[in-house]
Amino acid sequence: MAVTIDDVRHIATLARLGLSDERAAAIVGELNTILGHMDELAKVDTAGVEEAIGVGAEGLPVREDKGPPFPLARSLDAFAPSVRDGFLLVPRLSTHESPEEA
Amino acid sequence: MTARSCAAVRADTAAGHVKAADTLTAAIDRAREVGAGREGLNIFAWRDDDDARRQAATIGDRLADTTPGALLGVPVAVKDNIATLTMPTTCGSRILEGYVSPYEATVVKRLREAGGIVFGKTNMDEFAMGSSTENSAYGPTKNPIAPDRVPGGSSGGSAAAVAAGIVSIALGSETGGSVRQPAAFCGIVGVKPTYGRVSRFGLVAFASSLDQVGVFGHTVDDAARGLGAIAGHDAMDSTSADIAVPDYTAGANADVKGLVVGLPKEYFPASLDPAIRAKCDAAIEHLRALGATVKEVSLPHTDLAIPVYYIIAPAEASSNLARFDGVRYGLRLSGDGLRGMYEATRSGGFGPEVTRRILLGTYVLSAGYYDAYYRKAQQVRTLIANDFRRVFDSGVHVLFTPTAPSTAFPIGAISDPYEMYLSDIFTATANLAGVPAMSIPIGRIGGLPVGGQFLASHFDEARMFNAAYALERALGAEAHA
Repeated sequence: MAVTIDDVRHIATLARLGLSDERAAAIVGELNTILGHMDELAKVDTAGVEEAIGVGAEGLPVREDKGPPFPLARSLDAFAPSVRDGFLLVPRLSTHESPEEA
Repeated sequence: MTARSCAAVRADTAAGHVKAADTLTAAIDRAREVGAGREGLNIFAWRDDDDARRQAATIGDRLADTTPGALLGVPVAVKDNIATLTMPTTCGSRILEGYVSPYEATVVKRLREAGGIVFGKTNMDEFAMGSSTENSAYGPTKNPIAPDRVPGGSSGGSAAAVAAGIVSIALGSETGGSVRQPAAFCGIVGVKPTYGRVSRFGLVAFASSLDQVGVFGHTVDDAARGLGAIAGHDAMDSTSADIAVPDYTAGANADVKGLVVGLPKEYFPASLDPAIRAKCDAAIEHLRALGATVKEVSLPHTDLAIPVYYIIAPAEASSNLARFDGVRYGLRLSGDGLRGMYEATRSGGFGPEVTRRILLGTYVLSAGYYDAYYRKAQQVRTLIANDFRRVFDSGVHVLFTPTAPSTAFPIGAISDPYEMYLSDIFTATANLAGVPAMSIPIGRIGGLPVGGQFLASHFDEARMFNAAYALERALGAEAHA
């Protein structure tokens, strides 16, 4: 299952990472080397073996789908890159003007 | 020179013999003496001595407490991926440059409640991805024992802060050995507790099913006191366990007669450096002489730990690090529209190793490869966990192994990513199985420290500490010779 340059372009898109041509080519070689070592796993008989879902003594604990309030000491304005009226501002989907400029 | 022990500082502070401010000044002076700054050992990502002095000034008000806090007046260094309200939390990454968290990690809150002083944020491999603390936006940290060498990683700054004698306790984090391996490289003690023993609330997520906050100490006792202060259930972390925390210092003077110590043969391969093997053999002889029963055991799936770890950890990281996209916090770089902004921010903000692991994780989770890689790795992870269960169920109390396959290597010596990953070969298994483990110094080779590792069954840290206290006592000066 050798990784190709097209695979790298595809996963970079999925991962929202921009890669130069040079870096993408280097990544092809790096991933193939790393994944070559992973192929060792294919030789292991795992028929009937459950996938690990929790590593505690009693597996993954289950709780009600609610929790204590999140203790924020500072508001969004203090750490978000761009905020207006309590909302996070992001660029438009296309190349139209940015909301920062609107 | 080492920092004064946690126990001594606490006792003297509580008795009024020493002021917390003076202990802090000694730590600041020591940091200056060893050259802890960016141009020197590069131990800290951030320090705010004025903030630390303000914390120390409040300690005097607490002396009327009937029970002094476990860390009363003790300066503690904290890894840069653990959220603090008064200092930036950047994970050694450009993408979080200048970010100050709006909430504080539970472990930091508990440090403060115990009377500890948060001394500074320590340098680390970016997002804890690395085994040498060379992958940091702030540049590499140097090993205080041998400054041309790495301190190990990813918690190399915390390990170096203790090894340099600035603090007696520091917090790190573990995903595959990031506390134990740097502890071994720097000649100090490093503990990874059971998964669920310590809250992860406020620990920036790398691989959530593997991550745990760990503790460095100059001695076993320092580490025991540090872990005791931060352990225990936390409603803010649904994976933290509601299991009572014993006093880890209770076994400080206990013997190990009757303790059954297993030596997993897979951790002593023929390829193991003979000098490391000899140090382990000497430590094992001490355990025997103390009355422990030592026997060989087998954990047959050990060799698969690195392939399994380097599928599961990057897979989880690719999901966890999706949140760093320039929208809610941290760096934002301009690109062509929204997608261009995402790609420019992430490509400009993440370093090469983080980028590599995100791509690796995205690949093994993508359609067509999930079953062959991720599902298979999770199944083999079950086999690795079953190995430990079988050995501990057979009557073995603790396991003893080398912590790392080498001593600290020169800065820049390892450029092949997979060769670097092999640094975790003896440590990643404990994270995959969720069991507690710790490294203690067992000697030096050519002046470089060697670590010996104890592992125990889930939530049996107390027995692990008993064994470590006993071996530390028996080794004496031999631990650093």
